[in-house]
Amino acid sequence: MTKNIRVPVREQDPKARTVNFEEVSYGYNAEEAFLEASRCIQCKNPKCVAGCPVNIQIPRFIKAVLDGDMPGAASIIAQDSSLPAVCGRVCPQESQCEGACIMGIKNEPISIGKLERYVADWARKNNFSTVTKAVPNGKKVAVIGSGPAGLACATDLAKAGCDVTIFEALHKPGGVLVYGIPEFRLPKEEVVEYEIGQVQKLGVKIECNVVVGRTVTIDQLFDKEGFNAIFVGSGAGLPKFMGIPGENFNGVVSANEFLTRSNLMVAYRPDSDTPIYVGQRVAVVGGGNVAMDAARTALRLGAGVTIVYRRTEKEMPARVEEVHHAKEEGVAFRMLTNPVAVLGNEKGWVTGLRCIRMELGEPDESGRRRPVEIPGSEFDIVCDVAIIALGTSSNPLIARTTPGLTMNRYNGIVADEKGITSRSGVFAGGDVVTGAATVILAMGAGRQAAKSILEYLGV
Amino acid sequence: MYKILKKRILAPNICLMEVLAPRVASSARPGQFIIVRVGEKGERVPLTICDHDPAAGSVTIVTQRVGASSRKIFTLEEGESFVDFVGPLGMPSEFIHEDDESLRKKKYLFVAGGLGTAPVYPQVKYLHQKGVHVEVIIGAKTRDLVIMEDEMRQVADRIYICTEDGSYGFKGLVTAKMKGLLDNGTRYDQAVAIGPMIMMKFVTLIAREYNLPLIVSMNTLMVDGTGMCGACRVTVGGQTRFACVDGPEFDAYQVDFDEAMRRQSMYKTQETAADHKCKIGLGND
Ligand SMILES: Cc1cc2nc3c(=O)[nH]c(=O)nc-3n(C[C@H](O)[C@H](O)[C@H](O)COP(=O)(O)OP(=O)(O)OC[C@H]3O[C@@H](n4cnc5c(N)ncnc54)[C@H](O)[C@@H]3O)c2cc1C
Ligand SMILES: Cc1cc2nc3c(=O)[nH]c(=O)nc-3n(C[C@H](O)[C@H](O)[C@H](O)COP(=O)(O)OP(=O)(O)OC[C@H]3O[C@@H](n4cnc5c(N)ncnc54)[C@H](O)[C@@H]3O)c2cc1C
Ligand code: SF4
Ligand code: SF4
Ligand code: FES
Repeated sequence: MTKNIRVPVREQDPKARTVNFEEVSYGYNAEEAFLEASRCIQCKNPKCVAGCPVNIQIPRFIKAVLDGDMPGAASIIAQDSSLPAVCGRVCPQESQCEGACIMGIKNEPISIGKLERYVADWARKNNFSTVTKAVPNGKKVAVIGSGPAGLACATDLAKAGCDVTIFEALHKPGGVLVYGIPEFRLPKEEVVEYEIGQVQKLGVKIECNVVVGRTVTIDQLFDKEGFNAIFVGSGAGLPKFMGIPGENFNGVVSANEFLTRSNLMVAYRPDSDTPIYVGQRVAVVGGGNVAMDAARTALRLGAGVTIVYRRTEKEMPARVEEVHHAKEEGVAFRMLTNPVAVLGNEKGWVTGLRCIRMELGEPDESGRRRPVEIPGSEFDIVCDVAIIALGTSSNPLIARTTPGLTMNRYNGIVADEKGITSRSGVFAGGDVVTGAATVILAMGAGRQAAKSILEYLGV
Repeated sequence: MYKILKKRILAPNICLMEVLAPRVASSARPGQFIIVRVGEKGERVPLTICDHDPAAGSVTIVTQRVGASSRKIFTLEEGESFVDFVGPLGMPSEFIHEDDESLRKKKYLFVAGGLGTAPVYPQVKYLHQKGVHVEVIIGAKTRDLVIMEDEMRQVADRIYICTEDGSYGFKGLVTAKMKGLLDNGTRYDQAVAIGPMIMMKFVTLIAREYNLPLIVSMNTLMVDGTGMCGACRVTVGGQTRFACVDGPEFDAYQVDFDEAMRRQSMYKTQETAADHKCKIGLGND
């Protein structure tokens, strides 16, 4: 094995995996992890650390792996991340840690994500826990939302001795980790539930079925339940639709609905009570992780799937690995294509998408070249289910029921980089502040807010 | 876990349950609903809050057995529990924002079809406590299916019962009764209709004829009930709205009922089962 290329990771065969929901990537074994770790040149000024939003001490944990000191490696990662088995699997490493790795300039960057996953999986399988209960400091903090932002914030607060309760609207904690990202990318019982269990071991209480703003308000949490501070990590769960004709035909669903049925309600398993409708030909509109997840889920449920995206593959925001996996599995891609109408039959069921071809024009604010329509290039794509994965915005419920909390024009909560909002004692972070982003950014924001909360509480 | 404190059979396919859910009981308001789940594999089922007792921490729901999930609810007995019970969801009825003075000047007509009597009850009760004049039309297929008549009599100023087979009260549909009242010159300031969508659609046609403002409660399909999935979307005034967070109550004149009825049958209609292949779900009962 040359030092220039990565140790490849073993994966389920593309054909075999299109009919099951088991994890696609098997991860490294000890030998592979050692080999990959040995490629790291232990930079004095490691660019990879700066590229990771929570600044995991990457060369240090890789060194520990190389030394065979697995408890050491797990402890180093635990200093900065409470969900390493999740992040190792779902971070867009190519634009974060691995994108900055010095080895990537001439050769392939170190597989930091796979190594992180290896360490976290080792810790789980060997019951190695870095959890130690803190001495109570007498402060009560409420965390709203149990996604990565809320979990990370709760972890740090509990470690500092706060009495923390997480309030979650759904019946299961985890946020997008349980309702959005599919089993074949992120095993629920094995990984997500375990990592949430670690957070609970710190003493964090999780109360599900509480919709803040309806079941209880932020004011009541302060005044009646005696919380000293509140962190809002309620995510960006409100699906966007296209606003084109025919969008309410039967068979047109948001990616959130499709994925929630399959993941949270486990509708992909025959013994679940919740139905999911898949059809034979599915068109998925969008080019992000959400679109890839919806497409690959539909494929596994037996449909032929086409992704429709208005720019080119280069501009797709999805993780490179997921696009690669989707292609291997047989998802078709229609680039530079944008739907202008949903077509339906007399019974009100979708029959196709009327699309228009696009070409790339001048760069827009995001630096990506703006797609522009080619006049007269309309054509139809036949489908019996259309899944819309065009992004999400924040649910305005909390902001609307909390006097003094300023919202931005996307219904998100306005907070500074420390998580401080316009209302004293209320902090916020994650997708609810930034709009849909990534797991690790949400975690970073949760940890930042925890720091601010501890400052605010004077502990 | 949310314990069932009491269960009472109201009609062959309809049961009432009082469930211990203190958080919901202390914040519920008329017009709102909850979502329950039976068992770990259970579906999330929306049900209207029919009554609530903050002191006892209990919430009353009434369930009609129509398919697999409502059948599961029906089989639960006193002392057993729901694994999940979340709410109150949705917007409370508009009138709770009105001041008592102006409310008391109004005369309300409620039209309840079938199971609709249950969700209508908390609204009538609220208005009655405010001293508002309320009349209620209750419709059912036959006498056995008329539910909550005694409870309703205690809070309504007048009730009119209609059965399709004439086994009790007026023989005919609620729409015929409603038209009769309006034709006789009875004047109302506001009407509210809750029942099957098809009934609400026809009540709307009549209300329009008499220029009677009407609110309907949209019992769409739902998954999360918190605004996250869009399964519950309805077209109101040409715009897409989410029944679980923007509703469930809307101005009837603005609702696209035909689309709503079609969407409600998305996971059910047999004709679609024939020309669509479905992996899971359609054959569940
Ligand atoms: C399908 C999909 C795939 C993705 N893939 C990736 C990926 O591969 N890599 C990556 O880095 N990122 C990915 N993301 C993005 C990432 O998951 C999110 O950025 C991240 O989860 C945001 O975390 P959060 O804690 O801010 O919010 P969320 O994870 O959205 O959690 C918010 C939680 O708050 C709860 N909540 C909301 N309102 C209330 C309320 N009023 N009261 C109580 N609780 C409430 C919600 O139910 C939810 O559980 C993906 C997202 C989706 C949807
Ligand atoms: C806001 C709201 C409040 C509701 N309040 C009550 C209530 O107080 N009591 C009560 O018994 N039911 C109520 N419903 C309806 C109830 O949720 C459905 O009857 C239930 O989900 C059906 O599930 P199922 O698995 O038993 O039937 P399914 O097998 O899913 O369906 C059986 C039949 O019922 C129809 N159906 C499915 N979902 C609905 C629906 N949401 N509304 C009407 N018909 C439907 C189907 O088209 C089918 O014909 C309410 C619905 C909403 C959205
Ligand atoms: S948390 Fe994500 S970005 Fe940071 S090192 Fe791990 S995989 Fe890379
Ligand atoms: S930049 Fe790459 S080679 Fe350097 S320390 Fe980080 S992982 Fe190792
Ligand atoms: S039920 Fe999911 S958004 Fe209304």
